[in-house]
Amino acid sequence: MNISVRNAEKFEFTAENMTWAEGQMAKYPPSRKQSAVMPLLTRAQEQNNGWVSITVMEYVADLLGMPYIRVQEVASFYTMYNLKPVGKHVIEVCTTTPCWLRGSDDVVAACKDELGIGFGETTADGEFTLLEVECAGACVNAPVIAYKKEYYEDLDNDSTRKFIKAIKSGDVPLPGPQTTDRHKSAPQGGPTTLKEFCAVQGGQE
Amino acid sequence: MLADKDRIFTNLYGYQSYGLDAAKKRGDWDGTKQILEKGIDWIIGEMKASGLRGRGGAGFPTGLKWSFMPKESDGRPQYLVVNADEGEPGTCKDREIMRHDPHKLIEGCLVAGFAMRACAAYIYIRGEFVHEADVLDAAIEEAYADGLIGDNACGMGYKFDVYVHRGAGAYICGEETALIESLEGKKGQPRLKPPFPANVGLYGCPSTVNNVESIAVAPTILRRGGAWFAGLGRENNTGTKLFCISGHVNNPCNVEEEMGIPLKELIEKHAGGVRGGWDNLLAIIPGGSSVHMLPKSICDTVLMDFDSLRAEGSGLGTAAVIVMDKSTDLVRAIARLSAFYAHESCGQCTPCREGTGWMSRIMQRMVTGEAEMEEIDMLLDVTRKVEGHTICALGDAAAWPIQGLFRHFRPEVEQRILNYKKSRNAA
Amino acid sequence: MPTLNIDGIEVEVENGSTVLQACEAAGIEIPRFCYHERLSISGNCRMCLVEMEKAPKLIASCAMPAGDGMVIHTNSDKVRRGREGVLEFTLINHPLDCPVCDQGGECDLQDQYLYYSGDDARYTEARRVVSKEDFGPLVKTMMTRCIHCTRCVRFSEEIAGVPALGGIGRGDHLEITTYMEQPFASELSGNVVDLCPVGALTNKPYVFSARPWELKSTETFDVHDAMGSSIRADARGREVMRFLPRVHEDVNEEWISDKTRQAVDGLKYNRLDTPYVRRDGTLQPASWDEAFDAIADNITGKKIAALVGDLCDLESMYALKGLMTALGSEAIDCRQDGAKYISDSGGKHRVGYLFNSGIAAIDEADACLLVGSNPRKEAAVLNIRLRYLSKRGPIASVGNVENLTYPVQHLGNTVKALENILAGKGDFAKALKAAKNPMIILGSGATSHPDGAYILKLAHDIADKFGMVRDGWNGFNILHHAASRVGAMDLGLVTDGGVDSILDGAASGDIEVVFNLGADEIDLGRLEKAFVIYQGSHGDEGVKYADVILPGAAYTEKPGTYVNMEGRVQVAPRVIFGPGDAREDWTILRALSERLGHVLPYDNIAELRAKMIVDHPALAAVDQLPEEPWADFGVAGKASDTPITNLIADFYQTNPIARSSKVMAECSTAYEGAKFVAEATGTNG
Repeated sequence: MNISVRNAEKFEFTAENMTWAEGQMAKYPPSRKQSAVMPLLTRAQEQNNGWVSITVMEYVADLLGMPYIRVQEVASFYTMYNLKPVGKHVIEVCTTTPCWLRGSDDVVAACKDELGIGFGETTADGEFTLLEVECAGACVNAPVIAYKKEYYEDLDNDSTRKFIKAIKSGDVPLPGPQTTDRHKSAPQGGPTTLKEFCAVQGGQE
Repeated sequence: MLADKDRIFTNLYGYQSYGLDAAKKRGDWDGTKQILEKGIDWIIGEMKASGLRGRGGAGFPTGLKWSFMPKESDGRPQYLVVNADEGEPGTCKDREIMRHDPHKLIEGCLVAGFAMRACAAYIYIRGEFVHEADVLDAAIEEAYADGLIGDNACGMGYKFDVYVHRGAGAYICGEETALIESLEGKKGQPRLKPPFPANVGLYGCPSTVNNVESIAVAPTILRRGGAWFAGLGRENNTGTKLFCISGHVNNPCNVEEEMGIPLKELIEKHAGGVRGGWDNLLAIIPGGSSVHMLPKSICDTVLMDFDSLRAEGSGLGTAAVIVMDKSTDLVRAIARLSAFYAHESCGQCTPCREGTGWMSRIMQRMVTGEAEMEEIDMLLDVTRKVEGHTICALGDAAAWPIQGLFRHFRPEVEQRILNYKKSRNAA
Repeated sequence: MPTLNIDGIEVEVENGSTVLQACEAAGIEIPRFCYHERLSISGNCRMCLVEMEKAPKLIASCAMPAGDGMVIHTNSDKVRRGREGVLEFTLINHPLDCPVCDQGGECDLQDQYLYYSGDDARYTEARRVVSKEDFGPLVKTMMTRCIHCTRCVRFSEEIAGVPALGGIGRGDHLEITTYMEQPFASELSGNVVDLCPVGALTNKPYVFSARPWELKSTETFDVHDAMGSSIRADARGREVMRFLPRVHEDVNEEWISDKTRQAVDGLKYNRLDTPYVRRDGTLQPASWDEAFDAIADNITGKKIAALVGDLCDLESMYALKGLMTALGSEAIDCRQDGAKYISDSGGKHRVGYLFNSGIAAIDEADACLLVGSNPRKEAAVLNIRLRYLSKRGPIASVGNVENLTYPVQHLGNTVKALENILAGKGDFAKALKAAKNPMIILGSGATSHPDGAYILKLAHDIADKFGMVRDGWNGFNILHHAASRVGAMDLGLVTDGGVDSILDGAASGDIEVVFNLGADEIDLGRLEKAFVIYQGSHGDEGVKYADVILPGAAYTEKPGTYVNMEGRVQVAPRVIFGPGDAREDWTILRALSERLGHVLPYDNIAELRAKMIVDHPALAAVDQLPEEPWADFGVAGKASDTPITNLIADFYQTNPIARSSKVMAECSTAYEGAKFVAEATGTNG
């Protein structure tokens, strides 16, 4: 039923990821393993240097007993699956209206200038890929860049350059607001509400 | 202004730990068993009495929605599905709940799931919220370990599981039936209704899909009573609400406020006012990108609730207030939203698949003025041919921002077209 | 039963109907692209929007359940504007290349644009272009024309059971495609051409060959398997250009197999269009008189036998039987595959060789045992119903392990496995016992097995034991793959020992003359010693050892009666005339009988048919499903170790017409090649 087109490339989950994948499948009723296709593709993408190859798609399909075309449909529908190789560092810049109102044009310009590439491109050394994304859902901290598992917020041109330089030099910048001293999504200058709760532990999660 | 004692999300900004101990100190998981022991009818009765309307945008009464679930099982399991696919431009409230107050959501899943005779809750979180999903996973683990959920949830002899399901980048999965499709491992393409999820939902089983905020406020409502919640806000627009204030304000922020707070007060009290002062205001999109924008004249007085905004031809939506001052190129702001909807259309039904792209392409030309005057009416005609003709509401959502722009700012667009023509003629 | 008011017309419809069906019941046509009666509802094209009172928006009538008291308007301004909008959206990315599109003249989009469109095109932006996709040798794609109705996607998943198609990407980048440009590997693939409402999927072998208005259509029946699928033959001049399915709810619904549809070019190639006589060791063209003379010179006083092939019409077989009887021979047989359903000592009962339940009754069955059968290859369209059965109840198989497109419990490939079922052993026996309408299907792999007579006995007893035969239900089914077989059986074209005894006789010299009416599926080398007369339409296997060749007509070139596997009598008209000197087969036999001095007693086909019906009254009941009384048949025996297999190795190469078809040869290479089979079944490791 499934006609394979995979090439010589090999892919299979590491033992650790396989255990994790089995845990994912166990979340759903036994006859509904297909529900796990998205988390499995995501994890497989992570293991496969950030992209979903044909081999990865077929591997996940075989694992879940799905027709290949159904996995290809899923992989091509959701924007977080990269269907071609990406750089080691994927920089995702939100440019939707709330970010744009707060200056995402400057952030984009800084990225393009620092990296020397445009959206959808990867640097020649394979280090960076720059992607434009739709609303990241952190609009009161706009403009926003998503990198690895975190959001980098309240950016402007300078802070974006600083952020990219830090990555280039091997650092992992601290996520959250980059230009202000505000705390997460509270207003700058301190919360206008719940003041007693906001001083108790001063805690991060 | 809402008193702090009436605020539900006391760790909205994450100054405290999200963990179970801290959550319990904030009052979460307090007497959950006693709430459940009062029974399903009591829970649904209180939810109805609270007047809570769904916080995901549509504003459907939450208690009523829960009551649609079958009372007698026909053998199929029933599910609660939590919509944490937050992606409506301007909106970032559920993110705060999940990363800072996840136990409110988990406890809410239990009481809501109990009230709708569900065996499990699936929380569908957008894939980009990696950190938030990790926090949620950890909190769920704590709740299991503490016996709050699981085989014998809260010692009630009731088996209830909570699972996190991560999306992978598709705005449309915020539509409840698209979300269900996605949860089943398919493309997120909305289903035809009827049948509604309460009859045929996840895996063909009775299901209810609720927004994160709707579920997370439920335990507090049940602890303090529906009457308390109903006493806040205005009739038919009760309670508290998380507002997200973004754009051209001095201090963008999230804040929990009373329903019906004047828009101007909300911005001035919490967001430090409009950049350059209130008189520098041009327009506001009051409820996330899908609703009509309001010019300053309406913003001066309008109240932030479902009915007040509806009366102005807009909507409360997700209560995401996008503020635009006089420096804003409104055409470009809306054109960017049109591009967003074209990008996020699932491609299933004809008017949306073809119409969102078409609208977006015309809007791009409107930005530069490189359009014909009569194309304005054509564009509006196209929006009306998309609106109301699609399977889900994304078609409407793509049409309304454009209609809103031309309703209030048509002369500005016309001027731009004239200017472009003039500059071409000059050249 | 809800009652609705549609444009002022009160109409009552069945429970479970949709508003669209209610509109049709009221005699109002609702335009649609994505909706199709036999596919799941997708509601995506939005062309069927109607206005329902009290609903704020227009509703998609195809998806809305009809409710009592609904008031529907199908022609209001709001509806008209809605349709205009949808049509405009449908067209903005659809190329206006009708002049070079094969769908032109039979295109739903053209038709609906004519009736429902509004203003002229207003779209001035760049249009979408989709690069070429490859769906295999039979379906030509031009996906720029695709309107994303997803009929083909739903067909592949729901009907063909080969989920090869899907839609990748989203928004206006959505593309309907197969997985990574692999072919749509289904023997039913051609049906997507009929389903496609526009010219995105067209008939590849037929590309640019005719316009619909040039064609003369004739309603007829198919002979490539034993289903007797209802088809329409479209001819231009003396050539059949294409076959299309016709609706027959009890047989093929509205589907046909790719062989039925696409072996059409086999009617052009390799044809016998003049008589031949072997002179000096080589076959040389001859006149009819010379051919008849050669026959007369060589058969007088000789021991003669006759073989009958798989594609013969009843008229020619009846005439041949008459001629053989006149020549004093009873040795005539049709069972090329060696089937044992009428054995030397078994009873001769029609119930023992029919698909008794009827094809449509598969839809009522809730358990099925397949024996020596690959229905996907023997009767591809019937396999669709078995696929649906598999969702209601279990299907088990004794025979080869093969991908039938649905889950099958494999019970081994031995006769012993059948004995075990009869003894009530195993889970499947329990499932059969529990089933309300169980059925057994014997394929040619079972009936032609060396133990065939015993297998028939076992199947007969299984049918008895598991309640497969009772009033109103007969689940004992023989699945034939030869179109002529049941008719030939009805005419009694069987001889003791079967075809084998004739071949043996010819090899040993006991039989000196063999009249071969289109039998090409046997080891004809065994006829080398005998004087062989071959009558048929194609220069296939059968002509190799022939001494005289009489050119006959193919099924489209003669009026003919057929009986399908159910015992359903079907009368097919002539579509076109045969090539050259080829003649309708019964007339050849009638003429030969005169030359041999044994004139057959009919001068035209009406007289022949009248006489045939007198001899075989069952043949008078056209298009009826017979109900044959249950009987004893089969022969008690002992199970051997010979495995039960399936006979058809290559779906695309089962008869002389298919073997002459270049298109079928291409399919065979594409789909039946060892590499493809291994990959498609995952047996390559």
